[in-house]
Amino acid sequence: MTVPTITPYRSAVPEGRDGFAQLVRAEWTKLRTVRGWIIGAIIAALVTMGLGWFAGVGGASSCNSVGGGPARSGKSCAPSFIEGPGGEPVTDNFYFVRQPLAGNGTITVRVTSLTGQLPIMNNGRGNPNQQEQFRPGLQPWAKAGLIIKDGTTPGSAYAAIMVTGDHGVRLQSDYTQDTPGLPGAVSPANPRWLRLTRSGDTITGYDSADGTHWTQVGSVRLGGLPQVTQAGLFTTSPIYQSLTENFGGGSNGSEEPSTATGVFDQVALQDSRPPGAWTGSYVGSGDFSPGIGSYRQAQDRFTVTGSGDIAPVVSGPSGPGGPVITIANLLIGTFAGLIALIVVATLFITAEYRRGLIRTTLAASPRRGRVLGAKAVVIGSASFVTGLVAAAAAVIVGEDIARSRQFIFPVSWATELRIIVGTAALIAVVAVLALAMGAMVRRSAAAVTLVIAIVVLPYFLAIIAALPDSVADWIVRLTPAAAFAVQQAVPAYPQVEAIYSPAGGYYPLPPWAGLLVLVAWAALALTAATTLLRRRDA
Amino acid sequence: MPAALHAEWTKLRTVAGPAWLVAAVVTLTAAVSALAVQANSCPSGAVCAVDTTKLSLTGVQLGQAVVAVLAVLVISNEYSTGMIRVTLAAMPRRTVVLGAKAAVLSALVLAAGVLAVAGSLLAGRLILPGHGFTPAHGFALLSPGTPSVLRAAAGSVLYLALIALLSLGTATIVRDSAVAIGIVLGLLYLFPIVANVVGNEQWHRHLEQVGPMTAGLAIQATTDLRSLPIGPWAGLGVLAAWAAGALAVGGLLLRLRDA
Repeated sequence: MTVPTITPYRSAVPEGRDGFAQLVRAEWTKLRTVRGWIIGAIIAALVTMGLGWFAGVGGASSCNSVGGGPARSGKSCAPSFIEGPGGEPVTDNFYFVRQPLAGNGTITVRVTSLTGQLPIMNNGRGNPNQQEQFRPGLQPWAKAGLIIKDGTTPGSAYAAIMVTGDHGVRLQSDYTQDTPGLPGAVSPANPRWLRLTRSGDTITGYDSADGTHWTQVGSVRLGGLPQVTQAGLFTTSPIYQSLTENFGGGSNGSEEPSTATGVFDQVALQDSRPPGAWTGSYVGSGDFSPGIGSYRQAQDRFTVTGSGDIAPVVSGPSGPGGPVITIANLLIGTFAGLIALIVVATLFITAEYRRGLIRTTLAASPRRGRVLGAKAVVIGSASFVTGLVAAAAAVIVGEDIARSRQFIFPVSWATELRIIVGTAALIAVVAVLALAMGAMVRRSAAAVTLVIAIVVLPYFLAIIAALPDSVADWIVRLTPAAAFAVQQAVPAYPQVEAIYSPAGGYYPLPPWAGLLVLVAWAALALTAATTLLRRRDA
Repeated sequence: MPAALHAEWTKLRTVAGPAWLVAAVVTLTAAVSALAVQANSCPSGAVCAVDTTKLSLTGVQLGQAVVAVLAVLVISNEYSTGMIRVTLAAMPRRTVVLGAKAAVLSALVLAAGVLAVAGSLLAGRLILPGHGFTPAHGFALLSPGTPSVLRAAAGSVLYLALIALLSLGTATIVRDSAVAIGIVLGLLYLFPIVANVVGNEQWHRHLEQVGPMTAGLAIQATTDLRSLPIGPWAGLGVLAAWAAGALAVGGLLLRLRDA
């Protein structure tokens, strides 16, 4: 008698691989086969694009809205800006006392005084026919000094060294560059000597408090400077804005030109030609040119009065001519898209809890951290792609729509790429945050509310609601809403006086740093979710 | 109907969630209002165009989100647990069920709203004078005796109740808590966010007239009523229309669909 041996059953099918890739594939299958979620993602993309195009159509303010601002000419309501050497919109208005500078050379001057006149504002409600009233006062960024410029065409390349109202000596060039020199205000008792030297394409600026001890402030390269440039003295003073912060966010501005007067002596211009005569003229044209300026020469003493600014244009409610739309406006639909994707990403895990599928998932793949990782990879990538398509379409098509109707602030392609990819990354990281929150609280209602409350509500409170700018600044530094900094289209220039508030599209953090704040929140939530998933029963 | 009301009240009373949410409505509303008041000040000598009543009621803008969650859960929880089938078996007249839910929910939110709004105004009354908003500066102490303040306060309570009804209607339509909350919060917050970038005055104004939150919160304004996109009571009417519409569609679908 033989005992029958029992051979345990072995499946003929080869053992399946149990790697992360298989897990990602399983999660992707779950995501793609739920019709509601795919519809949710499509809705997210469509509303993001649709609202962006809507903002592109309706972004412009109508022509008669700006009280007290400079009048706009022509049929177009859009202000016309001139472009600087870098393609950015600039203002280039100043009074210029000049002579040609042939080849290399040096110009030196002593500035003994900088004074100014500010308009008396009636908050834009004044009688426009009334004679403009002025009071003594100096704009912080009123400028008087030396300039070497590629001709007198507004928007052309230049380098200038100047004394300013409140910011000491500065070396500025090509509108966006600004280097500080000697601090302190200028007065007859405390004059400043300034010097600019051209050597080929390089212009070097020096300053001195006594005319003998010179310090180099900096040197700048101006590519393509012609052989003969215009060099001389200039004075200008930015448009004066009376800004009142409104309850409920935003601010009202009314604008009037201010003037500044600089007094110069000991002017010395050395180049290859015999000294010539000085001529004075106002440089600048366009809608925002005040056109005020004059000069007087008595022996070697020059008194130059001017109005305007040599600076980049800033956007936002405090920019010249009122709100100007930027490509960030075209991405306003991000909020709608985010809400839809937050719902999908939360349901991606909470639906498993509700249906009990989570038990199957964890039985099939018992390493729980890996499961959550795979889910994060899948929902993050899917949201990134959705966001990328939506943001690219919103910006690229929206720009076309907007451009035919109004002025849209030009930005470089690198900025545009950063804004589109950054927005997609923002959406992806928020989706991962929603997934982590869903894994932590396991209830869809609570998770969706929490994520919307920490991502969309801070933006709403900071930008729409009644919080003052100081509070709003902190909200967009610390909360996940900091990531919207990645959508900032126009940089804040310290050398231009304006209200750089979140409501105007200026964030306190640099773009990628803002996104990092959100990434930190998501990483924290994902860590907490992994820990809880490991510890708790499913 | 009284039996239906009693049943709904028992359901609401015997689960821990709603009680916590009601507590959250009251504390969050009052806390955010106090913070907003604390963050604003009017330096002596300056002219401040601040509507102190509206400022003191800022918390409603956050409290409404919690109200929305509470209202959505009243019906969507029944769908997620399958309780809705028991409910409809016990009370086959579906409109009565939805009506009872709406009535009980409104009563609860009205009560919570009274506490939240009273807390906010109290915070405003205590904090404002210390921040330069004194009677000497042209800002009267907040008091429910002032007709405009009373209107703003009572209107804010009604506003919260209408938000609850809008949320209940939306949740009845979509039957899923996450989707319903997404839709309600989107409806509330997207209108002001989008209106903010629309520079065209007419469009901007229309957006604010149509949005349930932007129109409804017009009830909180007590100064410069002319600059409002819509009158206070008309604005609350717009929100009421949204709520009625959502409830009507929800009620119809509840009758027509299988649960």
